[in-house]
Amino acid sequence: MQLRTVLHRRFRSDAGTEFLYVATSAAILAVDPLTSGIVDAFAGSEGADDAEWLGRHPERAAAETALHDLIDLGVIRPVGEDQAPRAALPPMPFPLATLVLNVTNKCNLSCTYCYEYGEDRLTAGDGSKGTGKPKMDDDTARQSIDFLLRSSGDRPQVSITFFGGETLLNFPAIRAAVLYAEERAASVKKRVHYSLTTNATLLTDEVVDFLTKHRFGITVSIDGDAAQQDRHRTFANGAGSFDTIAPRIRHLVTTNKARKGRAIGARVTLTAGAAPAAQTFRFLTQELGFDEVGFAPVTAGLGREYALGEKGYERLLREFGELAEDYVAAAVRNEDHGFANLGDLLRELHQGVNKAHPCGAGLGLLGVSTEGELGLCHRFVESKSHAVGTVATGIDEGTRTTFLERAHVDQKTDCRQCFARPLCAGGCYHEAHVRYGDATRANLHYCEWIRGFVDLGLATYARILTKNPRFMARFETS
Amino acid sequence: MSNDSANPPPARRPRILACNQKARQLAALVHAQRGDARALTQDPPPTQYPYGCTTIFAPGWEVDSGNGTHGLCQPIERDLYDCYHTCYWPAQVPDGVTNAPKWTASCGAPMQDWKSIDLVFP
Repeated sequence: MQLRTVLHRRFRSDAGTEFLYVATSAAILAVDPLTSGIVDAFAGSEGADDAEWLGRHPERAAAETALHDLIDLGVIRPVGEDQAPRAALPPMPFPLATLVLNVTNKCNLSCTYCYEYGEDRLTAGDGSKGTGKPKMDDDTARQSIDFLLRSSGDRPQVSITFFGGETLLNFPAIRAAVLYAEERAASVKKRVHYSLTTNATLLTDEVVDFLTKHRFGITVSIDGDAAQQDRHRTFANGAGSFDTIAPRIRHLVTTNKARKGRAIGARVTLTAGAAPAAQTFRFLTQELGFDEVGFAPVTAGLGREYALGEKGYERLLREFGELAEDYVAAAVRNEDHGFANLGDLLRELHQGVNKAHPCGAGLGLLGVSTEGELGLCHRFVESKSHAVGTVATGIDEGTRTTFLERAHVDQKTDCRQCFARPLCAGGCYHEAHVRYGDATRANLHYCEWIRGFVDLGLATYARILTKNPRFMARFETS
Repeated sequence: MSNDSANPPPARRPRILACNQKARQLAALVHAQRGDARALTQDPPPTQYPYGCTTIFAPGWEVDSGNGTHGLCQPIERDLYDCYHTCYWPAQVPDGVTNAPKWTASCGAPMQDWKSIDLVFP
């Protein structure tokens, strides 16, 4: 029978052990030289005939056993058959796990690259004022909690994320939502987890006390030290924001540590000409005390001067490589390292996550606008073309299902031959919408970057697995 | 093939080692299937031939776990007879208990002359 190796990526450890990332299942296998030879022998576009190939093999019995193992594990398949069955949509309505509340669409900063207010905004209004109400009222916040709890099926825990604008411009709605959620969740026997993203300008003592008391997962948008932060993250008058936020962040970190709160993360938006990632990482963890740092290349339409060009992505990959060295060193000592991008990737690699959709938007996660309209995620709220219902009337299931069917990775023919598809699945809907005007398209402009980053993740995985395999247990699901 | 990456590496490394959780799940699945389903005419079976195929797990009549036919009951014509005689399965063959007790009367050796078995219309 004519057989062929399925889509996969080879990688190896420093010690020379060969590994295989099987893109159809997201399984990771370590293979010996004989097995490695079989994977290669059947990898051509025509494949090879098993009987004929085995007949020529000097170690026939061993090769036959290994070949059958590879067949049973789905690494080698008959030519002409599908490489893997198509993953159908889960039974709908899929229970919600997370609701992102855009409690305000106003912001007290005027960051020059912002997708919400800048040149790439989705909403039809005049940017900084948004299209809807500038702030979510307490009733809508409470209605959102009821909606989440009744749409979450039998999940024992749900998450509420507060977002903006600058989230803390509407602290009263956050407080109202949390106090109401505590009461309602107790009566339906569910746990609620809270998180929030903020620019840190309004982290007053009262706010810090409330957030740490309710064990918020807190993410601060910050680009680095004063020089980095003040390049783009400015007030409306053009003044930098670093001096305002630094003391507030230190207070937050100290209080949170004393109360043994959740990890506090920094989210760095990467633009052209930014300082090296490792330098920014060290500043944010060592000088300001962040537990984790995640980097995100700026979302930008074509031609924006702050966008990362091809050279920018190449440089970034080298800088991520430097941070990966530190990560491995920490892993060998059995210590966590706060490089969130790599930590998240290693977790997905170790679990063997195989995505039919790039993220949970529209599936387990929805965004809510200030007026209670539901969008695919927080980035799509108030975008009329991506509305999927309201918290009062519920989810428009037809629109939701149609979108998810169109956005399925199997519909993205560009992704068919890419080994990174189990992790990327075509990438961010909002990014695709900004770039191509179609949320369901694959983000072809950063394919090389994604593949480069996944390769870095695989190489790091191999290194940690050979040096300290027990480190990976922390990423396992029960 | 090994799905035991959590333990220290054995003296002789397996040819294929399942490293991540997904690979271990797949390896466990393969082991489970191999343990339960085997070709009944393969070598002499190590245990007594079970009465009726439903007392063992059979992966299905069309293909085996590797999507071939070599792991099925062999030869495949034998399935037809076994379903009728030893484990009545009305979805697959006529009901030999009440409605078509003489269905295979014209066929002495199904492996050679199974074509002589006639159709039965309900």
